[in-house]
Amino acid sequence: MIGRDEVLHVARLARLALAEEEIEPMARELSAVLEHVERIGELDLDGVQPTSHVVASSSKVDVTRALRPDEPRPCLPREVALAQAPAVSDGGFLVPSPQA
Amino acid sequence: MSEPATTPTQPPEGGSPKQKDSYEAVIGLEIHVQLATVTKMFCGCELSFGEPPNTRTCPVCLGLPGSLPVANAHAVHLGLVIGLALGCELAPRSVFHRKNYFYPDLPKGYQISQYDEPLCRGGALGEVRIRRVHLEEDAAKLIHVGSSGRIHGSDASIVDFNRGGTPLAEIVTEPDLRTPEQASEWLKLLRTTLRQLGVSDVNMEEGSLRCDANISLRPACSAELGTKTELKNVNSFRFIERGIRAEIARQERILHAGRQVVQETLHYDPASDRITSLRSKEEAHDYRYFPEPDLLPVAIDQHMLAAARQALSELPSERAARFQRQLALSLETAQLLSFRSELGDYFEAALAAGADPAPPAQALANWVTGELAPRLGGYGREHDDRGGGSAVADEPVDGGVGGDPVNSRVTPAALAALVGMTAAKQVSVGAARQVLDRLIAEGGDPRAIVEAEGLAAMDGGDELAAIVAAAIAANADAAQRVREGNAKAVGPIVGQVMRQTRGRADGTEVARLVNEQLGV
Repeated sequence: MIGRDEVLHVARLARLALAEEEIEPMARELSAVLEHVERIGELDLDGVQPTSHVVASSSKVDVTRALRPDEPRPCLPREVALAQAPAVSDGGFLVPSPQA
Repeated sequence: MSEPATTPTQPPEGGSPKQKDSYEAVIGLEIHVQLATVTKMFCGCELSFGEPPNTRTCPVCLGLPGSLPVANAHAVHLGLVIGLALGCELAPRSVFHRKNYFYPDLPKGYQISQYDEPLCRGGALGEVRIRRVHLEEDAAKLIHVGSSGRIHGSDASIVDFNRGGTPLAEIVTEPDLRTPEQASEWLKLLRTTLRQLGVSDVNMEEGSLRCDANISLRPACSAELGTKTELKNVNSFRFIERGIRAEIARQERILHAGRQVVQETLHYDPASDRITSLRSKEEAHDYRYFPEPDLLPVAIDQHMLAAARQALSELPSERAARFQRQLALSLETAQLLSFRSELGDYFEAALAAGADPAPPAQALANWVTGELAPRLGGYGREHDDRGGGSAVADEPVDGGVGGDPVNSRVTPAALAALVGMTAAKQVSVGAARQVLDRLIAEGGDPRAIVEAEGLAAMDGGDELAAIVAAAIAANADAAQRVREGNAKAVGPIVGQVMRQTRGRADGTEVARLVNEQLGV
């Protein structure tokens, strides 16, 4: 079971501001998700490699080809890169100071 | 950055010592090296070297939704070269992980790094063991704006993503270092090694080599490790030494006061020599690593291994060992020639120049490091005939290529000829130094200079014997004291002979003649 403290900790790491009334439902929902995933523990998986990459687990794919040659590709024009920024200053993305 | 198999943090047995015990520092380093690729780690943007902000970006390194990273094969290659050079075990398969944290320099909300399956494990450089080497991407650059009023009521930062996604190798050592000086010396060896490998420009000032230090203290003679702190980004050899020294002093004060060191991340300010806390323990990062689903594991095949092996040049430590083994050079000369590779290259060119008479290797090495390099304004060793002194002289912060003898007027062949003539006693050491000064100023052939200036050594014949006899007569007091057994009193007599002969006479021969004529 996910408790209140754990919810608050994860929310803090994710920089989410949870309202008081959101905490308990979140704990319940996260617990339900974990319980669902934990059902995999009922299976006998001795000798089965953890599947972190679906493609890499397939024997048909040559994973050594998954690298890119060190060759330049065109970059975005700066105005395109900055077009969706909420605030721009001196050619950069203007953000609230993380030190503030 | 921290990683899983980390240092134990138990306090020493029996609690904190209250009395003024002596402590031993235990130091490990984490070094970030910017790899010398053309493009970024996971996208085709060219690396930035001072371009205007945000002109080297694309959807991948901006972290835009739907973009997919692909690892740079050359970065993997350079990582393997580092691993081979440090004697690491190379993982046949390694995995990228997401290291999750929120900060404006990280647009995706995570850094792609490696966790429990790094590219390389184990290994050593010199006396320091390597724990691991892994690949990751650099963060973007934040420029703090300050209270400009542009954002209502708060300070702001400007994010430049040119640097974001630059490939880095992180090299983590075991806690095998004991003093600030040792840490700085070892870091120099690592930098020389990496530069020689060609994997990075290793320029600390420009941030292509960055170093964090993990520091703990324990009572002398204890095998247990104390609580460690992490000193961030000590980015010059001077500051790393001073920063570690300041942190050791801080921990000593805490332990002597009977208190406990708190595990935290620290910043050293060289201007004030003060240490400040970057993050409190409560805010210690919880990175929630998990395998990066957008990237396939990196599988190293025989072709990649062969390419990495081929790229390995001879390392400084190997070169030093070869100089000692093949040429019987002293340890300190061998190290000096190896760690300043331009001196080693010059030395080997001179040795191969085929001078007749041939210069003995150790004498030639002494002339390169002790006579030529210091005269060129480099940082070689002061001349020391007894071969004592420290192995590696002070090095400038940025590597000191100013003293590279290849750029001087003295060709390797000329120096070899001069040292050969000196060794064969055709010129005295004093005269040879005059010839070297001329070679540095004007270049040319040492034998021609010796002839033109009349600097050829006087043989031990009648002419020299007569000058010696005159010098003895002119220094009767000194002569008497030498006869009475005071060998040091010979100085004024030898000095007069050397002045009279303008350094052409061989000092040993003069001393022999003086003693002979005085009957001692």
